Amino acid sequence: MSILVNERTKVVVQGITGKEGSFHASACRQYGTSVVAGVTPGKGGSDFEGIPVFDTVEEAVAKTEADAAMIFVPPPFAADAIMEAADADLRLIVAITEGIPVLDMMRVKRFLSGKAVRLIGPNCPGIITPGECKIGIMPGFIHRKGSVGVLSRSGTLTYEAVWQITQRGLGESTCVGIGGDPVNGTSFVDLLELFERDAETEAVVLIGEIGGDAEEQAADYIKRNFTKPVVAFIAGATAPPGRRMGHAGAIISGGKGTAADKFAAFEAAGVTIVKNPAALGETVEALLKGRGR
Amino acid sequence: MNIHEFQAKALFSQYGIVHPRGGMAGSPEEAKGIADRLEAKVFVVKAQIHAGGRGKAGGVKLTKEKSEVAALAKGLLGKVLVTHQTGPQGREVRKVLIEEGVDIDREFYVSLVSDRSSGSTALVASAEGGVEIEEVAARSPEKLVTLLIDPVFGYQPFQGRKVGFRMGLGKDVVSQFSAMVSKLYRLFVEKGASVVEINPLVQTKSGGLVALDAKVTFDDNALFKNEDIRQLRDLDEEEPLEIRASQFGLNYVKLDGKIGCMVNGAGLAMATMDVIKLAGSEPANFLDVGGGASKETVKQAFQILLSDRNVRGVFVNIFGGIVRCERIAGGIIDAAREIQVNVPLVVRLEGTNSKEAKEMLDRSGLRLIVADTLWEGAQKIVAEVGP
Repeated sequence: MSILVNERTKVVVQGITGKEGSFHASACRQYGTSVVAGVTPGKGGSDFEGIPVFDTVEEAVAKTEADAAMIFVPPPFAADAIMEAADADLRLIVAITEGIPVLDMMRVKRFLSGKAVRLIGPNCPGIITPGECKIGIMPGFIHRKGSVGVLSRSGTLTYEAVWQITQRGLGESTCVGIGGDPVNGTSFVDLLELFERDAETEAVVLIGEIGGDAEEQAADYIKRNFTKPVVAFIAGATAPPGRRMGHAGAIISGGKGTAADKFAAFEAAGVTIVKNPAALGETVEALLKGRGR
Repeated sequence: MNIHEFQAKALFSQYGIVHPRGGMAGSPEEAKGIADRLEAKVFVVKAQIHAGGRGKAGGVKLTKEKSEVAALAKGLLGKVLVTHQTGPQGREVRKVLIEEGVDIDREFYVSLVSDRSSGSTALVASAEGGVEIEEVAARSPEKLVTLLIDPVFGYQPFQGRKVGFRMGLGKDVVSQFSAMVSKLYRLFVEKGASVVEINPLVQTKSGGLVALDAKVTFDDNALFKNEDIRQLRDLDEEEPLEIRASQFGLNYVKLDGKIGCMVNGAGLAMATMDVIKLAGSEPANFLDVGGGASKETVKQAFQILLSDRNVRGVFVNIFGGIVRCERIAGGIIDAAREIQVNVPLVVRLEGTNSKEAKEMLDRSGLRLIVADTLWEGAQKIVAEVGP
């Protein structure tokens, strides 16, 4: 078991003939992901390393039964690409693209509402179920099959956490990067609901950062509904207010969204907070041992 | 991206949003010229910097004498204003806005702002204007009226009426208010804003609504859509090192500590800053060199870090994923040789082939300290540099 993706997931890559898209389509396939199609408007009928390329997502789905999309389309066209994927009735859309305008994403969210589709990202590393399916740009080898669910707003910081978990001989059930943009498709709460129901996931590592209130909402949900142990870290305790820290969404504005507030919310929800990100691995290990593992 | 008040008001003019007449001046002579053209009982001279709180910091001057405008402008131009938003170093005033004074009857607050959790634009208004909206929110949240605008349907006039009547505006003013919000929303969407704020929005004694102040912030990701907005960027308002970094595709934010950090990825860069603090010192910057961390990028990054005179040591923390660590190590070695890093340098490389990379660093003959983990790296650089 895992959440959202497994060895049966079939992936169509939108923007497969671009530099990033082609590189990562290959890397995902090498990892074992079943990459069944690519889409680049105007290049239908060609192929990329044996993967058939189509003009539209609809056609790709009809011919290959793809059920998930990975999007590398450049920012000016990315919102349109996400909506095209949703229109083709894909179950899961993973948008890697960084730099999509916020107002475009707002319209995308409205377009997706009411449809049975889940969007991960944008501006995210993607999702991986170790040993089964990788849809994203994360290095596959740092992961190992196991029982820790990982969810994060970051990319390399997630790799750091995953690597610590793997090096302690533990492993991950599924790792999801929800992305660093202010408006995104899937929230921490959405994923916690899935991890709660996933029998394989025994504990969760949540990596948040300054800005917004996704962590506060997660804390509130955990307090009320989440039964598994959670370890949380918030990046940006030293970030000054009013300055954007790389990610479009990582900014303390109007005194809201500080790391201190988020840590406090998690603490109040009974979450094990970690102030030193170097201690994420050992903390989750101790928690699992405490549960008789 | 932030812009100046005078630029925001020029945009307001394009959309038919009423604001006091006036113009921008970069010298006392220009200020005099603008004042001469204005027919007004009262003249206002406002410092133009990218920070709020100018009034309290002495950045807004009033006079009834046209002849005093030039002197007031002279007093402000070149002055360093310290407001609660500038930090202790303050901002130099390079431009002033000269405006006619307005007969104020009542002051309100109105803004449009991207609301992340709902994924819509929020209309926020208050009958209490002219004060910090955060203060109102903290002191009397019931005085704030907020509603969400659907990204597909857009602003509807009833929303303006709903807010206007709740704010206690008279019925004539409500229709004016609703029409103005409609224009504000068009500006917001067409120009790709993330904040449009009028504080205060005033009702004059003759009953008209006038935007006394104007603040507009744009979504950086939407700038590609509007060349005219991109042109409004004022490099004088930005940290020179940050401008240089952005030219090389580096994401750099200058801070006040002694330890420079070079990291790949925004989240890991923030976490590295946090760990330096936990280890007992302060980070000199946020710096995300991106996923690749090529030799050229690393070289530029070193040069930017070392141009900050406060930097006494550098911590390089790279999690090599797709890019193998030897390549990154090679880049660091070449770059460090070329530009002669003469402060302590701690390097932590993790990921694919990190062992080989560490051996390369050890053999390089450079005076650098290799660390295996994030925590070890932070402790080592703090031990070298001191708190």
